[in-house]
This record gives sequence, C-alpha cells and structure tokens, in this order.
Amino acid sequence: MGLTSRSAAEIYTVRLQRGVAARWREWGELAIQGLLLFAAMVSVFTTLGIVAVLVVEAIPFFQQVSLVEFLTDPQWTPLFAQKHFGILPLVAGTFLTSAVALALAMPVGLLSAIYLSEYAPVRVRAILKPALEVLAGIPTVVYGYFALLFVTPLLKRVVPDLETFNALSAGLTMGVMIIPLISSLSEDALYAVPSSLREAAYALGATRLEVALRVVIPAALSGIVASFILAASRAVGETMIVAIAAGQRPILTLDPRRAIETMTAYIVQVSLGDTPHGTLEFRTIFAVGLVLFLLTLVFNLIALRIIERYREVYR
Amino acid sequence: MEEIVLETQNLTVYYNGRPAIEGISLRIPRRRITAIIGPSGCGKSTLLRCFNRMNDLIPSARVTGRVLFEGVDLYGPDVDVVEVRRRIGMVFQKPNPFPKSIYENVAFGPRIQGIRDRRKLDEIVERCLRAAALWDEVKDKLHQNALTLSGGQQQRLCIARALATEPEVLLMDEPASALDPIATMKIEDLMRELAREYTIVIVTHNMQQAARVSDYTAFMLAGEDRVGRLIEFGPTQQIFTRPRDRRTEDYITGRFG
Amino acid sequence: MERRQRREIAGKVFEAVALTATVFGLVVLAMLLFDVARRGLGVLSWSFFTRYPSRFPEQAGIRSALLGTVWVMALTALFSVPVGVAAAIYLEEYAPRNRLTRFIELNINNLAGVPSIIYGLLGLELFVRGLKLERSVLAGALTLSLLILPILIAASREALRAVPMSLREAAFALGATRWQVIRHQVLPLALPGILTGMILALSRAIGETAPLITIGALTFIAFDPKGPLDKFTVLPIQIFNWVSRPQAGFHARAAGAILVLLAVLLSMNGLAIYLRYRLQRRYQW
Repeated sequence: MGLTSRSAAEIYTVRLQRGVAARWREWGELAIQGLLLFAAMVSVFTTLGIVAVLVVEAIPFFQQVSLVEFLTDPQWTPLFAQKHFGILPLVAGTFLTSAVALALAMPVGLLSAIYLSEYAPVRVRAILKPALEVLAGIPTVVYGYFALLFVTPLLKRVVPDLETFNALSAGLTMGVMIIPLISSLSEDALYAVPSSLREAAYALGATRLEVALRVVIPAALSGIVASFILAASRAVGETMIVAIAAGQRPILTLDPRRAIETMTAYIVQVSLGDTPHGTLEFRTIFAVGLVLFLLTLVFNLIALRIIERYREVYR
Repeated sequence: MEEIVLETQNLTVYYNGRPAIEGISLRIPRRRITAIIGPSGCGKSTLLRCFNRMNDLIPSARVTGRVLFEGVDLYGPDVDVVEVRRRIGMVFQKPNPFPKSIYENVAFGPRIQGIRDRRKLDEIVERCLRAAALWDEVKDKLHQNALTLSGGQQQRLCIARALATEPEVLLMDEPASALDPIATMKIEDLMRELAREYTIVIVTHNMQQAARVSDYTAFMLAGEDRVGRLIEFGPTQQIFTRPRDRRTEDYITGRFG
Repeated sequence: MERRQRREIAGKVFEAVALTATVFGLVVLAMLLFDVARRGLGVLSWSFFTRYPSRFPEQAGIRSALLGTVWVMALTALFSVPVGVAAAIYLEEYAPRNRLTRFIELNINNLAGVPSIIYGLLGLELFVRGLKLERSVLAGALTLSLLILPILIAASREALRAVPMSLREAAFALGATRWQVIRHQVLPLALPGILTGMILALSRAIGETAPLITIGALTFIAFDPKGPLDKFTVLPIQIFNWVSRPQAGFHARAAGAILVLLAVLLSMNGLAIYLRYRLQRRYQW
C-alpha cells in the first residue's frame, strides 16, 4: 500500500515529553490528591481519637477498680461516700429503655414499611414517607420534653404506681423516634426484592397479605434484621430523652415504671456536675463511654456486614 | 505515498486481566478518514480509546504493545497524557456539551491551557465554530446554554470544542448514532471538510456511513473467545468491493452483525 | 368459598393495621406539636428573644442561646463542609479500590452510628483539654463538625455520583487534569446537591445537645458570645435546662424555645427541598 512513517518525527517527539510545566502541574495534582486523601482520613483519625481517649482515661480507672467489680458489682454509686463501681445497674437501665423502645418501634416500623412498599398507592406513599422522616429530624431534646411533660402524665392515668421519672415513657418516646429508622431501612430491603418473585406468587393465587408475609418478608429478612440492629444501636446510644425523662437513679431493676439511669444519662449527669477532671469519679464516664462505644460498635458492624451482603445479592 | 500519523504495534488491552482486544497492528494515514467497523462488542471503542489514552481512566485496564503518534510511543515512560489528549481530540457517541454557554464550551480547552486573553479566546471560539459549520447558527446566542441546541448542533459544538485545543487527530466514537438522518448528513459533510486539515478516526457500526465518508477501513471482529481482533485493513473501496477475508465479506453483505 | 372469604378479610384487616402503624407516628408528631404550641405560643414575644436566662421564668429569654447556636453553627459549617466535600471528592473521584479505601468507608459508616455523646467525650479530651480551647464556641463547633462529617460525606458523594460520567470524559478528552475536571465541570454541577446535604447535616447539628453538655457548655449564660473563644450555650441546652426545672413557668419557656428551634429547622428543610427541586430541573437534558 506504500505507507511510510514520517521522517521528521523528532520535531513532535520533544513536545510530547513531560516538560518543566507538566512536572509542576503533576506535582500540583499530587498535592491536591494528598490533601483530599487527608480529608478522607479525618474519619479514620476520629475513630482512632475516640478509641485513644476512651482507653487512655479508662486505663487508670481500671487500675483502681477491678474489671470483675466493674462487671459484677450490682451497685453503681461512684458519686457517693460509699463507692461502688458496678456498671450493671446502668446497663440494666439502658437495656430497659431500649427494650421498651424496640418493642414499640420494631412492629410499628416494620408494619409501616410493609404498608409503604406493598400497599400504599404511589401518591399516598409520596406524602407519608417524607412525613415519617420528619419524626427522625426532631431534636432529641424535644422528645425528652415530650416524654416528661406529655407522655408521663398521660401514662400516669393508666399505669398505676408510675414514677415521675420512669423507663416506660422514655422508652416509648424513644420508640417513636426510631420508627422512621426501621421503617425506611426495612422498606429499602422490601423494595429490593425483585418484583418477579411477587408476580410468581400472585400467579399461584396468593393474596397480597400472603405475598407480603410469605414471600417478600422472608426474602428481605436480612435487611429487616439489619434495621432492627441499627435501631438497637441507636436506642442504646440515645441520650437526651433518657436524661430528661428516665431519671438519674442507678438501680438494678427490670420494672419499667421506676426511675432508672442509663449509661448515657450518667455521662450527662457527671458532665453537668462539678466533679473535678482527673479524679476516679470523673474517669467513670470514660469507662462507661468505652462500654457504650464497644456495644454500639458491635451492633453497627454486624448491621453493616448484613447490609453489604444483601446489597451484593440483589446487585 | 501516505504519511503515517498513528500506528499500533501488536496492541493488546486487558480489562481485569482479560484481553478485550488483542494483537492489533494498524497504521493510520495523515489527513484521511479511517473508519473502524465491526459488530458491537468487537472492541472498536476500546481501540479508539487507546489513541488518546482514555483507557487510563478505567482502573482495571492494562495496555501492552505500542501506540505510536508521530513515531513516539504514547504509552512510553515520559509521555504527558494531558498533552496527548490535547493533540488528539475526541468526540463521543452521545453529544455531551458541558451545561454551560456555547462560548464556554469551546473556550474550556484553551482556558485550561492558560489562555486568558479575551480577544484571543473570542478569536478561537469563532474560528472553531466556523470550522464546525455551526457559527452561522449560533453567532447571535454564544452565551446561551449549550443544552438549548438541537442534538445535531450539540454534536457539532462538541466537534468545535475538540478543535479548540488545536489537535492533529480527531477520534470520533459513533458520532452520529444518536442523531437523525439530516443531522447525520451534516456531520458527515463536516467530516469530509475537516479531513483537509485533520486526521480523523471514526468508529461506526453503520457500514453505509463508513463507505460514504472514509478513505480507509479497518474491520474488527470478536471470536468465540470474545476477544476483538483486526481482521482486515485497507482502502475503503477495496474493503467494500474486494474484501480479502471471508468474514469481512460476510459482515459487509449483512450476513451477521 | 368460605376459606377464600376468610383470606380476604384477613387481608383487609392486615392492611388496616399496617396503615394504622404508618399513621401512628404522624399522630404522635401531631400531639407533640400541639402540646408544644399550646404551652409555648404564649411566651413568644420580642422580649423572649432579647432577654438572657433568669431565675424568674417570666423574665427568662433565649438571647444568649440563640446567639450561641448561630455562632456554633457558622463555625461548624466552616470546618465540616470543606473537609466533608474534600473527603467525598477523594472517595468518588480518586480513591482506588483497595483496602485503604474500604477501611476509610467502613470508618465513615461506623462513625455515622456512634452515639453523639461519645463525640462529646472525644471533644472534651481533644479540644477542651488537649488543645486548651476550654468550653468555647470553637470547641463545640469542632466537636459537632466531627459528628456531622459522615452525613456530609454521604450526601456529597451522592451529589458527585449524580454528575454524568460523559461530562468527565469530555473534559478529560480535552486535556484537562483530574483536578481541572472536578473543579470546572463536576463541582459546579454537584453544588446544589452538596448544599442540600450541608443543610440537612447542619439541621442535625443544630438540635444536638448531649455532646455539647459533655464538653461542658454552660447552661446559664447571661452575656453575648462575641468570638470563637467565648463561653456559650445553645438552644437545645437551654431547652434541656428549662425542662429539667420543676416550675411550670420554665416548662412554658422550654416549649417556646422548642417552637423557635423547630421553626429554624423547618426553614432549613424548606430551603433544602427547594434546592433539591432546582437540582432536578438542572439535570434534565
């Protein structure tokens, strides 16, 4: 065909090579990338910072209080003359309020997820879904106000012997707060179930209820479970509602009518007081914080793992 | 005697360690239109994107063999990718103007090269829009959003935008496949016009288009192993009238693809 | 036949129960708003906004709390937005798919679920004591910045992802460097989405109470914070303080302050919705 390469290629050769300007430009690009990476690493530093702070303050605490006492002593009285450092009452308080909250939020949240994904007409869904999100956007201190000044007086009419500060109304209010969390995460999971599965069930003569309960929910189960776990993590870490409405009395009880104290409320109590920094009493909040952090960390990691897995399945 | 601008030597591209095209050796002559044809999935676009190193943007892509531009290996150790892309422009399948004014679309290339002088930019914008046969249609609305143009106008704007960096080569990846017949005709006329000054490589699955506009044609095909290979390359007229390979003949006579 | 009827009735009953569950939260929300309005509307007057807190409910106002909230939010936005957007840009536009990237993403996802009070403990040790910022606006803003970073990053990433790949390719093909592509083409288009995310993240921060109590923000401030190193209180802390008192007069003040807080939140969300609407319009091409 008579094709030949051009002879004067050298003229161009020089210009394609990186010159001084190109090298400067590349250094600039690299510097920008480094800065951006640093910003992304802030989250890693934050995690490290949290762990470091909690551990550094918890170590001197555990040098004075044995881990066995911390985990088994049924009394928590670090601010009194007769000091006991058993975290069990705080854990029980946290468990109690969280259990009440989840007992409300899990069924209600799941039912509303089912309604929104399987029943609601498009227009109803377009209104209800963002309206539910509003619940999640209300500051927790407002829920605390509501629990103490509205829910508790209301419950006192029906629940005998309900104390003014109690785990029940704090837990119920917290439950309302986390309904949207469960509802929207569960709905994502239900929504991700392929419609071919539903159609197959309808073709076999199943009713809508049967399709929802026997086909869609089982298929979305892992996502629903993940939403429950995240909700539990949220309930365990919730602070203002319980600090306002559940009380500041660390007793070991499972009676939701009584005033109790959660781990988070205890941290608030000490922060508001005049306990000097650096004392054993003050360090208790880091020991409690460490337990709280580890607890929520485990919940979060399990939920994240589940979510990651079911996203892969339906990708 | 044709002068060679671009040349690939035993070029292979891997995605995730698996070859997508393999052993491509091709020479593209200066100021001619070279069409790359073949059924979808044969690696036409992958090959085209080797000429301006757009494959670099895909993290899993790896290239072996050589791509020579004016005799220099584009994948050589000290090559400036930015300079490569400036000298070898590209037009994409779907018109993709920036959602900015017509003027800013054309001025973007010169601007990032550091040209700030307004008069010079004005001059470049006018020259490139004229070269892309768009000036008369848009000269009164240069500062309107480019997305208000029709699809065909948008694609010509993308060509003008590519010309603004003063490239020697224009790569076109099915530039008319998203356009109606009249807009397509305008683009094809424009390509013939541009071939007086520029070397054009066009990927197309439209054989009539390849026959209409190109001087040379390369036919690619993926085998059972889904690896694209160059089957035949030659002057367009010869490929379409006297193909040497049976598979080329099957394809251009419409027996598959 | 009878069996079919039973199944149909069961279906209707279930649908009614599910609808009730969905509406339940909204009913509670309505009761909450009604109660707050009933108690708080009466205290809303000019003097409520201009007075400092007081031992006497009738004289107590939210001046210092409102100013503190404005100060803390402004600084929080100043710190968190650049870092959050930069992190999102890195993860969307640069990050290779390797273990470091996965580790960073895991960190961000986990941090989103860490209780806010834990951030307070971090802020107390790191900013209040470590950097010796004391119980200042600055320490509070830095703490809240870390708290909302995961939300900001997630929202910004979504906004960046919505920018069509074809625009990046067009810019790269013209010889733009990666940063030029981002700076000139991607960021301007992602901006409304990023702003929306920023507003939503700040509306989370504006209601936060626990971390600020933990870092030692005061509950009684009878002066205007005038700089980043001044002591401060914020609206939620003021609300908490008033709710915790026994007198009904303070409860009414708390309700009034809640009304102000909710009004601020409502307008922020309205702005976010408006921006999202504008964003959707711009992408139609």
